[in-house]
Amino acid sequence: MSQFTSGSLTGKNLHLAFGSNKVLRGIDIHVEKGTAASVIGPSGSGKSTLLRVMNRLIEPDQGDILLDGRSVLKDNPDELRRRIGMVFQQFNLFPHKSVGENVAFALRKLRKLPKDQAWAEALEQLDKVGLKHKAGVRPATLSGGQQQRVAIARALAMKPEVMFFDEATSALDPELVKGVLALMSDLAKDGMTMVVVTHEMGFSRNVSNQVVFMDGGVVVENGSPEQLFTAPKTERLQKFLSDVL
Amino acid sequence: MDAWSRLADTFLNWGYIAEVLPTMFSYGLLNTIVLALTSGIIGTALGILLALMGISRNPVARWIARIYTDIFRGLPAVLVILVIGLGFGPLLNELTGIRSPYPLGIAALSLMAAAYIGEIFRSGIQSVDKGQLEASRALGFGYGPSMRMIVVPQGIRRVLPALMNQFIALIKESSLVFTLGLMSRERELFQIGQDFAANNGNQSPLVAAAIFYLALTIPLTHLVNYIDNRLRTGKEQKHEPDEAAAVIGKGAHA
Repeated sequence: MSQFTSGSLTGKNLHLAFGSNKVLRGIDIHVEKGTAASVIGPSGSGKSTLLRVMNRLIEPDQGDILLDGRSVLKDNPDELRRRIGMVFQQFNLFPHKSVGENVAFALRKLRKLPKDQAWAEALEQLDKVGLKHKAGVRPATLSGGQQQRVAIARALAMKPEVMFFDEATSALDPELVKGVLALMSDLAKDGMTMVVVTHEMGFSRNVSNQVVFMDGGVVVENGSPEQLFTAPKTERLQKFLSDVL
Repeated sequence: MDAWSRLADTFLNWGYIAEVLPTMFSYGLLNTIVLALTSGIIGTALGILLALMGISRNPVARWIARIYTDIFRGLPAVLVILVIGLGFGPLLNELTGIRSPYPLGIAALSLMAAAYIGEIFRSGIQSVDKGQLEASRALGFGYGPSMRMIVVPQGIRRVLPALMNQFIALIKESSLVFTLGLMSRERELFQIGQDFAANNGNQSPLVAAAIFYLALTIPLTHLVNYIDNRLRTGKEQKHEPDEAAAVIGKGAHA
């Protein structure tokens, strides 16, 4: 599925507080074009919030966001989000629309494709995740793994330059995790720029080519999977790895 | 006549019932339905507006919706109908020449229904998982279009049973317009029954009215239960073997 043009993504000195609760305390992150970066860290470390700040679902209090080297903070946030696909832990498919319509909807309304062309593209996208035959049914009739693959198809259909995954496999039954992770691996191999918040250390270690370890709203370590998993420099990462592995 | 047959005559005098039925069929039933339906439709339109104001990000809009709802839900229906029906009569007459309080009765019922329906819609819309709004926005839809195309339709679907119940309540409450002193042809089921009952010193015409009300409300109640059940079972999750996952999983390391 290498029909996309991916771009690099940079966050500079990102700060965010909810009242007195400082969630992000100066995050610097750079994900090179075509790189799959996994973001790991204990819960409450601000990983999911970081994703939402970088696609401006939540506006940062301070800092800058660059897509392909250009600041996007002054852009229309809705247009920015069309360039960044996002996949959620709870899938968040639209339950009142068919599987095909879940994918076709934004193509019609946002990419302004004519109805039959939007549907054809939706089917094509669903075919890539192995669910073309489910286009006519409601999402609720699918398994969690299937729903998440539809959610990935929905995001990819917008031809994003970057893909965000927010704990995309955490809500899945163990036997369904593999199919979704495989899809994400294929996407990474095809050169999509990805930021993957995950608890799947196997994915982080074997598939991603950059690992970002966050704790307490800051990036504690950042580097290749080999560096972080075999030679963690900080005590915090050492402790985290011994807790999860 | 012993006590039982006297009671039977008071409530089930077939002669009186037969006498009142043609009037009830010719316009009483129609008036009840017109009152309930028009105020239901106007109340729904106003209710959606109130619900949208109630969840709006504008505090003034939220405030107005709150005050309106508190007032109209907090007053007895008969009081609202009398105040609006009698109080605005002269004004309506001056502006439009209409002398009948009938439209004002509809207005009063609509305004009260709007308060209840607004709350039904608001709670329905707010019960939609916030992930829906987030997913829609993440695709690139703005807040307004996301609410309009994704969140609100789901919220409305979910409150259909409650909405139907509100309509049933309106059928019953429409009887209160009798307090406005309507003209003969404007009377609805209850007032026709009551007028006949008073003229004849017998309650059987009211029993006839009761049967009309039940013939309207009982099927609707069961329709509500049916819709409610279908909405519930429609949500049931059916798990299927994830057969396609195995194919995609080939050659990948998890």
